[in-house]
Amino acid sequence: MHIPDGYLGPITYGSLWAAIMPIWFYASHQIKKTLKVTQIPLLALSAAFSFVIMMFNIPIPAGTTGHATGATLIAILIGPWAAVIAVSIALVIQAFIFGDGGITAIGANCFNIAFAEVLVGYAIFRLIAGPRAEAADTQGRRFLIGAAIGSYVGINLAALLTAVELGIQTILHVGQDGRPLYSPFPLKLTIPAIMLEHIVLFGVVEAVVTVMVLIYLRKSHPDLLRRQS
Amino acid sequence: MKTRNSNYRKLWIGIGILILLAPIGLIIPELFKAGGAWGEWGADEIKDIAGYVPEGLKRISELWSAPIPDYAFAGWDKGVKSYIAYIISGLVGVVIVVAVSYALGKFLKRRNNG
Repeated sequence: MHIPDGYLGPITYGSLWAAIMPIWFYASHQIKKTLKVTQIPLLALSAAFSFVIMMFNIPIPAGTTGHATGATLIAILIGPWAAVIAVSIALVIQAFIFGDGGITAIGANCFNIAFAEVLVGYAIFRLIAGPRAEAADTQGRRFLIGAAIGSYVGINLAALLTAVELGIQTILHVGQDGRPLYSPFPLKLTIPAIMLEHIVLFGVVEAVVTVMVLIYLRKSHPDLLRRQS
Repeated sequence: MKTRNSNYRKLWIGIGILILLAPIGLIIPELFKAGGAWGEWGADEIKDIAGYVPEGLKRISELWSAPIPDYAFAGWDKGVKSYIAYIISGLVGVVIVVAVSYALGKFLKRRNNG
């Protein structure tokens, strides 16, 4: 799901850079207002977790690999806007230092994973877990169900955005010889290829990771969950 | 305060354990003969799949050379050496991510409180 450099033409990567800038600005503003100084270590922990969990590639036998992102989990822990920044930091470092995702595609990858997945995953979590006071009942069943469904839908949304952004390149940019200039795979290929693996496997992995970490945290760090949700 | 700090310490240890276990993310895909992620192929692989390398893709993909491409070191791309490189990459990545997070967090809060 980390789009590399060269797969997106300038229209797409430019638009998504333009889209992510005000999102980062607004998220930073929210951190300034709501995040406590004592929560800065949690921001760093969250970014570190997102970075390292994405190293755990899960295979589809004889096929491709994918991984969890931690996006919805982090939104539940530190709030959605701080999560936008935490996951973005992980994605930017992955791109610059490890070539995992392109530099030109940072806007796209952050929009898909650090914004859309985080916000929608968290919104679904809250929809199921209930308003702030009820969602703070971390022992309730709805807390974990909300986290599982939210994280599952969240990563699938990010996958869908990725598939669409890749797939529209054959429409947007065609060379004089009639061949695509950037990602050469049409929507009818990218959507089934990327969605099937996320619906069947990687979405489930995301939900399992999210629920496992929350079960651990509500036993070992109940104060941390109660303060946040 | 003391309990909160030790609480975080436990979570940092958790991150450390994940870094040490990260090679699982290489070993299991190798066992199942799985390749990389869909749509994250290099120019060479694109040529195998699509039959040619799109012009723009080639140009933009050469823009940036990451210092530690694919969490691997040159010549250390197979077997145990690749696992060691993966752990070191994880450590380097986490250290940078944490440093950036603290710097940004402190910067935002300082402006707020100042």
